[in-house]
Amino acid sequence: MGDILSAVVNIAFNGLAFAMVLYLISVGLSVTMGMMGFVNLAHGVFAMAGGYVVTSLMREQGVPFPLALLGAALTVAAASVPVERLLYRRFYGGDELDQVLLTIGLAFMSVAGATYIWGPLQQPLQPPPWLSGVADLGFRSFPAYRSFLILCGAALVTVLWLSIERTRFGARVRAAVDNLRMAQSVGIDTSRLFMATFALGSGLAGLGGALGADLLTVNPGYALQNLIYFLIVVAVGGLGSIRGPFFAALLIGVTDTASKYLVPEFGAFFIYVLTLAVLLWRPRGLFGRA
Amino acid sequence: MTTSRLVEALARRHHYHPLEGLPWLAAIAAYFAFPSYLPLGAQVLATILFALSADLVLGYAGIVTLGQAAFFGAGAYTAGLLAAHGWGEPITGLLAGALVAALIGLLSGIVILRTTGLTLLMLTLVVASMLYEAVNKASWLTGGDDGLQGMEVWRIFGQFRFDLFGQTAYFYCLIVLFLCWLAVRRIVHSPFGRSLVGIRENVLRMHAIGAPVARRRLVVYTISAALAGMSGALIAQTTQFVALSFLGLDRSGTVLIMLIIGGVGRLYGAFIGVPLYMIAQDRFSTIDPVYWYFWIGLLMVLVVLFARGGVLGLFDRFRR
Amino acid sequence: MSTPALETRGLHKSFGALTVANAVEFRLEHGARHALIGPNGAGKTTFVNLVTGALRPSAGQIRLDGADITDLPQAARVKRGLVRTFQITALFRGLSVLENVTLAVCERQGLGDELLRPAGRHRAVIEEAFELLERFGLADEALRPVNTLAYGRQRLVEIAIALGLSPRVLLLDEPAAGVPSGESGLIIDVIENLPSDIALLIIEHDMDLVFRLAQRITVLVQGSVLVEGPPDAIAADTRVRQVYLGERMPA
Repeated sequence: MGDILSAVVNIAFNGLAFAMVLYLISVGLSVTMGMMGFVNLAHGVFAMAGGYVVTSLMREQGVPFPLALLGAALTVAAASVPVERLLYRRFYGGDELDQVLLTIGLAFMSVAGATYIWGPLQQPLQPPPWLSGVADLGFRSFPAYRSFLILCGAALVTVLWLSIERTRFGARVRAAVDNLRMAQSVGIDTSRLFMATFALGSGLAGLGGALGADLLTVNPGYALQNLIYFLIVVAVGGLGSIRGPFFAALLIGVTDTASKYLVPEFGAFFIYVLTLAVLLWRPRGLFGRA
Repeated sequence: MTTSRLVEALARRHHYHPLEGLPWLAAIAAYFAFPSYLPLGAQVLATILFALSADLVLGYAGIVTLGQAAFFGAGAYTAGLLAAHGWGEPITGLLAGALVAALIGLLSGIVILRTTGLTLLMLTLVVASMLYEAVNKASWLTGGDDGLQGMEVWRIFGQFRFDLFGQTAYFYCLIVLFLCWLAVRRIVHSPFGRSLVGIRENVLRMHAIGAPVARRRLVVYTISAALAGMSGALIAQTTQFVALSFLGLDRSGTVLIMLIIGGVGRLYGAFIGVPLYMIAQDRFSTIDPVYWYFWIGLLMVLVVLFARGGVLGLFDRFRR
Repeated sequence: MSTPALETRGLHKSFGALTVANAVEFRLEHGARHALIGPNGAGKTTFVNLVTGALRPSAGQIRLDGADITDLPQAARVKRGLVRTFQITALFRGLSVLENVTLAVCERQGLGDELLRPAGRHRAVIEEAFELLERFGLADEALRPVNTLAYGRQRLVEIAIALGLSPRVLLLDEPAAGVPSGESGLIIDVIENLPSDIALLIIEHDMDLVFRLAQRITVLVQGSVLVEGPPDAIAADTRVRQVYLGERMPA
C-alpha cells in the first residue's frame, strides 16, 4: 500500500514539474497560433535557446542561477523580435503550407547552428548548491530542484493569468485572440501587440527551456525532437487559449511520467493514444472556441 | 466560334503534351549515361513516387501533413517482413506494402481528417510517431533500432535478378513509377481531382455546391498512403534493408522539401525536386552532415520567401 | 395554403445566453421574390446558415418543399435544390471563371466522384457552364483566374455558380455588397432575370434593390421577425422606420 502511494506521489510530483515546463514553453505557441494564425514549428528553438543561454551563462561566465534564468528569458525575447518583424509577419493569416515550410526550415537551421556554437553533445544543467539535493518535508523528501521548478512555475503561471485578466495589455491580447478584426476596429495597434505578445511567448518559452533543462535535455536536435509535445499540448489545450494548454500540459505531463514509470517499454505511445482520444471527443481541444 | 475555343481549351487540358515524355527519356538516358549510379538512380525513382504521393494529398487536396513517412515505412516494413520470412516475390510484396499502407491511411484518416490546420498537422505527426514506437517496441520482429535484416528478394517474374549493379532495381522502380504516374495523372485530371483543387482553394464553397468533402479527402488520403507504401516497398526491396528512420519526422519533412523545390501541386514538381535534392545530398551531405541541415533549412526559407512555386514556378515566370 | 418552397417553424439558435435566432417562423412561396432585411447584427446571415445547414439549430424545423430537412447535412440540402451565395465572395481563387462554374455543374450531375475519366471528356458539363457565363456576360473572361476579375464581376460568378446547381430555392446573401455603384446595375439585372420558377430570398441592405425586386419583405431584428408583408406595408410601418432610424427609406 505504501509502495502504491509512494508511486502515485512520485508520478504526481514529477508529472507536475514536467507539466510546468511544457506549459511555459507551449503557451506562447498557443497564443501565436490563435492570435496571428501562424503555425510556428520553430517555436521549440526559443526553448532550446533558453536552455543553451542559461547553461552557458552559468558554466562559462559563472553567472548565478536566478540571474542566468532572467538572462535567458530576456535574451530569447529580444532575439525573437527581429524574427517576428522581418520574417514571420509576412505570413500571418496566410497559407498554412508556407508557414510550415518556413518554420521547419528555421528549425533545421537551428540544429546546425546549435551544433556549430555549442557542439553536438547535450548541455546538462548544474543547479546551484541551494537547489541541489532534497528538500525534507518531514513525511517525505522531494528533489529540491523539481520542487523549485513547480513553485517557480506556479508563480509564473499565476502572474501570467493575473496579467491576462487584469491588465490592459492582457485585455488587448484577449480581444485580439477572440476577434482580430473587431480588435483592430476599436483601435488596438495589432502590429505592436503581435510583436509584444510574440516576444512574451518566446521569452516564456526560453524560460521554460532553461528551467526544464534537466527534463527536456538541451541538445542541437531539441526543436524537432520535442515539437510533437508542444503541438500536442497546444492542440489538446485549444488553439489561442491561455488556460487550456495548462490543463493539457497537466494531462500530458502526468500521463507521460506515469507511462515512463510504469510501462517504459511503450515510450510515448500512451500520450499519443490519449491525444487522439481527447481530440476525437473535442476536436477543438479542451478549451477551444467553437 | 469563340464558344468552342474556350470550351475546347478546358476540355483538352488533359491531353498529353510532348514535354511530358521528357522525364522518361531522361530516365532511360541516365541508365546508359551513368551505369555506376544505378542504385542511387533506383532510389531517386522510388522517392519520386513518394513525393508524388505527398503532392496528391498536399499539393492538390491541400492537406498539410508531416506524417507521410508513416505510410512509406508501413509499406517498407511490410515488403521487408515478407521477404525476410520466406516470401520474397517482389510484385506481391509491393502490392502488400501498398495495401497495408492504404489500410493505415484509411483508418487513421477516418479518425484525424475531421480536424484541420495545426491540429490535423499534429495528428499526422502523432500517427507516424505511434507507428514508430510500435515498430520500435516490436524489435523482436522488426529489428528495432538495428533495422530489418535478412531480406531475400526473389527474381522478378522468375527472370530478373536484383544484381549488385542495380540494373534490375532501376528498371523495376522506373516501370512501377511510370504506371503509378499514369494513374496519378488520370486522377489529377478527373472530376474527382478537380474537386480536390476546389477543396483546397475554398472548402466552404465546396460544401455549398454539395460536394461530399470529408469523403473525398479520405479517398485521396488513402490513395496517397497506398502510393507512399509502394515507394517504401520499392526502397526496401531494392536495398534489402529497412530502417526505423523510414518512419521518422526527417523522412516526412524532406519529402516536403523536395516537393517545394520542384513546385507543389504541379505533378512534375516531384520529378524535378527529388533528383535535385538527392543528387545534391549524395554529393554534399557526406562532407559534413551538420552543414547539410543548415543549407537545406536555409534553402527552404529562401524558397518560401522568394520562389514559392519552386523550379516550375520560376519556369512560369520566365515564360511570361 | 399550398406547400411553401421553404419554411421554418420555430427555428431557434442560441449560444449560451445569446440568442441569434428567436423561434423564427418563415415561409417562402414557390417562385417568390422575397427580401430579408434588418439592421446589422439582426441575424440575417445566421438565418441563412441555419437554413442551409452550415449551422445546427438549437430547436425548430426546416422544411424544403414540405420535406423535413432539419437533420440533413449541407451537401444533401444542396442536392435537393437549396442553394446559397455568400456575402463575402467565396470563389475558387486560383481557378478560372469557367472552371469555377464547371465544378458546380459537375457536382450537380453527380460526376464529382469519378476518378479515372478526365474531366474534359464531359464536354456537356463544360458547355453548360459556358452558357451560364454567356448569360451573365462573363464569357470573355472565361479562362481568366477568377481572383483577377473586378469585384462586381466576381459577385456575378457567385450567382452563376449558384445557378449551375439548378436551384429550386436560392438564397442570395447581399449580392450587391461591396460592389461599386457602377457595377451593381448588372447584378440587379441578372437577379431580375432569374427564372421565375426559382423561389428567391435576398438579404440586402440596399433599399433601392429591395424595393425594386421584392414582392414580400421580412424584417428581422435581433434574431426575431419584427414584421412581414408587401413592400408598401413595410415602408409605411412605423416600427420598421424606428428600427431604421436615420436610414433612407423610399416614401
